[in-house]
Amino acid sequence: MWLFDRDLWFEIFHTLGKNMFRTFLTMLGVIFAMMILVLLLGSANGMSNGFDKIFAGTASNSLFVWGQRTSEPYKGFERGRRIRYKIEDASILKEQIPEIEVLAPRIELGSHRDIVTVYRKGQTSGSSVYGDYPEIDNITKKKLVEGRFLNDNDIEHSKKVCVIGEETYKLLFEKGEDAIGEDIRINGVFFSVVGIYKPNNNINIDGENAVFIPFTTFQKAFNSGDRMGWMAIAVEPSTKVAVVENQIKAILKNKYDIAPNDERAIGSFDMSEIFNNISAFTNVLKGFSFFVGIFTLLAGVIAISNILLITVKERTKEIGVRRALGATPIVVKRQIVVEAIVLTAFAGLIGFAISVGILAILNSLWGSGDDFPFVNPMVSIPQFGISFLLMVGLSVLIGLLPANRAIKVRPIEALREE
Amino acid sequence: MIEIKDLHKSYKMGSNSLHVLKGINFSVEEGELVAIMGSSGSGKSTLLNILGMLDGSDSGEYYLDGVPIKDLSEKKAAQYRNKFLGFVFQSFNLINYKSALENVALPLYYQKVGRRERQDKALNYLDRVGLKEWATHLPSELSGGQKQRVAIARAMAAEPKVLLADEPTGALDSKTSYEVMDLIQKINDDGNTILVVTHEKDIAHMCKRIVHLRDGVIVEDTKIEQVRAQEYV
Repeated sequence: MWLFDRDLWFEIFHTLGKNMFRTFLTMLGVIFAMMILVLLLGSANGMSNGFDKIFAGTASNSLFVWGQRTSEPYKGFERGRRIRYKIEDASILKEQIPEIEVLAPRIELGSHRDIVTVYRKGQTSGSSVYGDYPEIDNITKKKLVEGRFLNDNDIEHSKKVCVIGEETYKLLFEKGEDAIGEDIRINGVFFSVVGIYKPNNNINIDGENAVFIPFTTFQKAFNSGDRMGWMAIAVEPSTKVAVVENQIKAILKNKYDIAPNDERAIGSFDMSEIFNNISAFTNVLKGFSFFVGIFTLLAGVIAISNILLITVKERTKEIGVRRALGATPIVVKRQIVVEAIVLTAFAGLIGFAISVGILAILNSLWGSGDDFPFVNPMVSIPQFGISFLLMVGLSVLIGLLPANRAIKVRPIEALREE
Repeated sequence: MIEIKDLHKSYKMGSNSLHVLKGINFSVEEGELVAIMGSSGSGKSTLLNILGMLDGSDSGEYYLDGVPIKDLSEKKAAQYRNKFLGFVFQSFNLINYKSALENVALPLYYQKVGRRERQDKALNYLDRVGLKEWATHLPSELSGGQKQRVAIARAMAAEPKVLLADEPTGALDSKTSYEVMDLIQKINDDGNTILVVTHEKDIAHMCKRIVHLRDGVIVEDTKIEQVRAQEYV
């Protein structure tokens, strides 16, 4: 196998090495092209990773459902009737729609986003107060900075515990004060703090200043009976959220005597739409970078071919001598094609190394920031593999051009004395 | 060794064709040292190119060491050149970025001789032309005479049947020319067959036989008393 012929490689590296400056100039185009490709792809990946980081902890295949006012009269009810869900709806929906993975009912003190004054030792905070089940943590993950989140035990025994937001903590406690185990007062009822969470900067459903207490405790403390404010629902990954959304609405409309064509009585928000939009955006970005990068690479490889064409002209005499000494056309051709491959591959690797270095620097500068979606910008191994193979493949095709030119010159013409 | 019968060759120059070789009959025995003489346009270079398989003939027969040379593919021609022939050119044609040793080793590379053996053989031939100490030098660091000696070593390295020299002294002063001819005579003394194309009378008389070409035919073919170049060095 000629590929493993040590002499061929020796001959090629010798030829390239003895013409360092020419070799370097030839490679420059591909070095830059590879850099552009890797930098573009890496940045697109970094952006995609950045978005992933922002949304980490939020179940992407999820929706929220709440009650609004009817907009159509139906079955003797007037329009404008307020829809209030009951806690039993949660189990009905779960039972009837097997695609629901998690259903976390929630109730709020007051109406939506209402603010309740929370007291502690003369300090006050206007906070939203939610009655929640621990399952909510599976849909919108809370980053706890201290303590724990609500658990099943809290629900079972209707414990008077609460998890508060960092903002709430700042308003109710002195700086550095240990809040765990301390009591706060809501509507005259005392709750013991078990955890403090840090709000997610980017997706914020609950508000920054909020207090979470167990759902069952909420029912008893604030006499909410069997009412339920809204539901956070995670749908199994293989099912479209919109499908489940329609099923839920149909069941609820039937149960609460809502006109089938009433679009406003049930409020809902499909989280997966946001995620789909973002991943469509990053995919387009990745595809575009790949496209641009590959064409830049093509231009770089063509530059190599061009310079090889010139060198072949310059080396006409040398090639003539080689052929007079017994180099067959295929040997000459092979040498020039392999020269093209080696140049391209080597240049590609240099460009790759440089751009990976640049990406690493970019990452250390901006990679950890929460506010800018740019995390771990790097190309994946398949991405690198594909572009590298494509590049080498192109260089074979394009190396054939100067190679054919080289053997077209007959040795007698090449050797003709000027 | 070389057998040529009724060789014709013409070149097309636009609409009219130029008949360069008009029926050459010619044979060379093993161990001969033949000078091919003629003015420019006599067809001596064309004859050498055909002998060297760098060019094909229109009609006629050519046997080299009993092998018919006719309608060769480029690949076959390259292989025959490598196996049968050694070339020495007027302008040396050394590869300028390769050292003297690497230049000499090049035909052996195309013979697929192993690297170590190649180096040894090349060094041996460099030694025979008296340039062993110059093995690692580039052609640009050598004088004209030294370059031509490297070229001769390169031509000999593949151990060819016939050495073809096209004006080997054309680019050299007379003293160096005689040194090169001395080397060629010594190689001939070892039993190698050599053809030298030249237009210089003194060089031709250092061969053993002179073939005169004029207007594409051989006008004179005589064996002569060889003048040893040694006397002039």
